Amino acid sequence: MPDTVLTGIGVCPGTVAGPLLRIAAAPALPAPTTVTDIEAEVARAGAALTEVVAELGRRADRAADATVAEVLRSEALMAGDEELRDGVRELIEAGHDAPHAIDGAFATFREIFAAAGGYLAERVADLDDLRDRAVALLLGLPMPGVPSPGHRYVLAARDLAPADTADLDPAQVIALVTEIGGPTSHTAILARALGLPAVVACAGVLAVPDGARVLVDGATGRVATGVDDVEVKAAIEASARLTAAASGLTGPGRTSDGYAVKLLANVGSARNVPAADEAHAEGIGLFRTELLFLDRATEPGHGEQVADYRDVFRAMAGRRVVIRTLDAGADKPLPFLNQEGEPNPALGVRGLRVARQRPEVLTTQLAAIAEARAETGADVWVMAPMVSTVAEASAFAAAVHEAGLPRAGVMIEVPAAALRAADLLRVVDFLSIGTNDLSQYTFAADRMCGPLADLLDPWQPALLQLIGLCGEAGRAAGRPVGVCGEAAADPLLAPVLVGLGVTSLSMSPRALPAVRAALSTRTAEDCRRLAALAVAAPGPAEAREAAG
Amino acid sequence: MPTRTVTIGSASGLHARPAKIFVEAAAKAPVKVTIRSGDRKPVPARSMLSVLALGARKGTEVTLEAEGDGADETLDDLAALLAKDLDADHA
Repeated sequence: MPDTVLTGIGVCPGTVAGPLLRIAAAPALPAPTTVTDIEAEVARAGAALTEVVAELGRRADRAADATVAEVLRSEALMAGDEELRDGVRELIEAGHDAPHAIDGAFATFREIFAAAGGYLAERVADLDDLRDRAVALLLGLPMPGVPSPGHRYVLAARDLAPADTADLDPAQVIALVTEIGGPTSHTAILARALGLPAVVACAGVLAVPDGARVLVDGATGRVATGVDDVEVKAAIEASARLTAAASGLTGPGRTSDGYAVKLLANVGSARNVPAADEAHAEGIGLFRTELLFLDRATEPGHGEQVADYRDVFRAMAGRRVVIRTLDAGADKPLPFLNQEGEPNPALGVRGLRVARQRPEVLTTQLAAIAEARAETGADVWVMAPMVSTVAEASAFAAAVHEAGLPRAGVMIEVPAAALRAADLLRVVDFLSIGTNDLSQYTFAADRMCGPLADLLDPWQPALLQLIGLCGEAGRAAGRPVGVCGEAAADPLLAPVLVGLGVTSLSMSPRALPAVRAALSTRTAEDCRRLAALAVAAPGPAEAREAAG
Repeated sequence: MPTRTVTIGSASGLHARPAKIFVEAAAKAPVKVTIRSGDRKPVPARSMLSVLALGARKGTEVTLEAEGDGADETLDDLAALLAKDLDADHA
């Protein structure tokens, strides 16, 4: 029997066992020591900096993303800086020990960077990270950040931010467990993209000793310690049987009586397209364009955008690609938009609202999409995020057509838009429901707020009712209504969504086989019956019970 | 001493990618090159932190200096690099 079983919310299925390692905290500077051998101390500090440079180089070598690799190499240049080393030497000669000399030498540049503001001030965090790494090496402490022990392990953290995981090595990390976070947090999205079993909102996980073996079940949310080999083997085999059942099916999505439901993939760049193909996706239901804009002081130019979009369109020639215009703001602030200082960013100028202040960002992007489309044979549909009114949808559709693009749609993320779905479909060609944000705005519950995770359950009947309004409007108008939020990846929920009138489901490629399998066991009539039961249920647990 | 004064051409300034490209080029040069902005103290061009700390934006004038064999050629190459828009398409 396991020693302890912790329970969180399973957000990506799969069962694995391995030693648990935490994201290490930044090391504290110890009390100063007296240096007797100055040259030895200089050598010690130099060796630590050299190892930091080497480590960054190794991370850059294995980073799959060229931008991430370039950022890491820039940081390596900073850690290997000769002026920095001269500064360290001077401080050691003045009587400081190696950790304090390194701290002091970085502090000189830190002050200049912080005082300069803007781009340089944002690099202060990089300097602090480099200093922490060098100091940790000197003190024999684990490197701060995601561990890289050279073997497979379960990564535990309070929460994971995109910066922590940009170069996470899937060859080493076999599962993610976080203390906070909900089903739509960054951890959950990352886990699905990488196909890693993951559990969020798992209270007590940070009390598990580093290195202890844990058994993680990403479907049930169970994290057990002190399990023996027999239990581990049985659990992993049971999980593998489920996966095997799903992987036998290929081809377009359909119910058992042949009602077609397009199964599409969510991607962020051409890098994700092979995974979509492997899962037999019928196209792309959500092409997020934020990646190209992240960490940029200036907007990417027309040519750079064309190249990026073209890569995806070309790989999808002949198939549908729904591309979403820039979804900036809230959890994805972009430096070039200068959005600091909003009291409540989730309710601020984000998504399509950016076009109120910076219309040229949208027109540049639409022109780039149009040019990329013209050079390829993909069936390109364009949609805007964070639309609330018919007027916004109408203005967006006009801009899309102005750019020479044939199909315009809007995302349904705000209850106001869901309530007016029929009116929206008079001015746009399709709707795509972003269930993560629609939950957040319907239940007034922050997506990143762990204690409110139950409100963000995609089985909440109120959420399903709003989806049903959109589905009904789509049926009446004869226009497509898709779901591209995390809810689309839930095999039990998929038939319910179809019953509510949803005509396509877009998800992480990894989730596609299980959803395809789930749909193939139900008739269209089953789906409508299950949908009615789920909407009529008093709460998410009852909805799951009635329709799951 | 050979010098070149040049205006930063990269849209984002001498930051991020442009800074990395410049510093890497300077580190490979056969002579030691310094860079300064206005009347401030010259700093080594192969020092990433010092180059970033210049805070040079697009349009900022900077001066390169070097001495020794190959100084002129090196300065010509580096000045040309700074004048270019290194943020522009590189696909």
